[in-house]
Amino acid sequence: MHPQRKQKLFIILFMLGGIALAVTLMLVALKENINLFYTPQQIAAGEAPVNRTIRAGGMVVEGSVSRAEDGLTVRFEVTDGKDIVAIEYEGILPDLFREGQGIVALGQLNEKRVFIASEVLAKHDENYMPPEVADALEKAHSKGTEDVKSARY
Amino acid sequence: MWSALKRLYHQLGSPKWFYELTSRWSPWFLWIGSALMLVGIVWGLAFAPADYLQGNSFRIIYIHVPAALLSQSAYVMMAVAGLVGLVWKMKISFVVGKTIAPIGAGLAVMALLTGAIWGKPTWGTWWVWDARLTSMLILLFLYMGVIAIYNAIENEEMANKAAAVLALVGSINIPIIKYSVEWWNTLHQPATITLTKKPTMAPEMFIPLVLTIIGFYCWFAVWVFARTRNEILWRERRTKWVQRILSTGANH
Repeated sequence: MHPQRKQKLFIILFMLGGIALAVTLMLVALKENINLFYTPQQIAAGEAPVNRTIRAGGMVVEGSVSRAEDGLTVRFEVTDGKDIVAIEYEGILPDLFREGQGIVALGQLNEKRVFIASEVLAKHDENYMPPEVADALEKAHSKGTEDVKSARY
Repeated sequence: MWSALKRLYHQLGSPKWFYELTSRWSPWFLWIGSALMLVGIVWGLAFAPADYLQGNSFRIIYIHVPAALLSQSAYVMMAVAGLVGLVWKMKISFVVGKTIAPIGAGLAVMALLTGAIWGKPTWGTWWVWDARLTSMLILLFLYMGVIAIYNAIENEEMANKAAAVLALVGSINIPIIKYSVEWWNTLHQPATITLTKKPTMAPEMFIPLVLTIIGFYCWFAVWVFARTRNEILWRERRTKWVQRILSTGANH
């Protein structure tokens, strides 16, 4: 390669490397702000601020969903397999909301460590399958591999 | 060996050679791409089974994923073209970069729009400022920046250089888009298709997706070739070979 071009190539690559490093450092420093939501583990560890609007995410715990008398207030728990957060929400849940589903809730953590949500979004995972396959998996699952679902999240 | 490579390199940089070669390639890309798109879309929309959770709304994946994937690939191509242009001063390279920009921007818009349309019934919201969606929006802005540079700077050489530098710097965003769903908590799900692992998707849903992805790439190639050939004709309009093409009315 022509020495002049070689030099130019090195200058460009060096510049790119420098910018990449700067961006990496910036993203690492901002990690907590870029995360969309706090995990139950982070909330249990006290990393999430109280009485400030934040997002919390996790899997809805099987059998934890209960509706209040008025029919609109829903209480449920979410988990990341390590800790559990109780969420209270008044409003219409997304179609995909169900037990075992990942969700992200927007709201505030009160002093009693209950998360009062004003919005609940369903988080879809990367698995796509026809209903029959899902049924077959469900059957296999209920036969004994109880911890498959909780281990996956 | 070395001399053959060197000749190929010089041929690649020749507008006339580029024009003739891509004229021969284009029909192939067009027909193969169209056949793949036809089969992929009909299969995906009409015959693939509905998803167990999302029902039929998952079918937007057959447009969303190819558009999102290709808009990122197109950006990498634009950045590489810029690098080749800057270091080796190959004019054609700049032309290719310039022609990619609006197509890539269109694809990014397509990915963002289809994602929003899918997000409303699935997540419950059109938009959320998570890392994947935001970095994808930045990709669109980078494309728009490159387009703006070409429109704002009249001196061709200056515009080429400035656009190439922006394309190169912006390429840092590409790995951020790709790994955003792994590095941070996001609402967007992780990748379904990876090079290293089995796709987390039933084969009867996955195969049409692969077809539409390849179809998108073929159509993209046809489009970039056509736009580049247009630009070549304009730039070389005073040369003999272009005059001959224009006077005979041949379309390649």
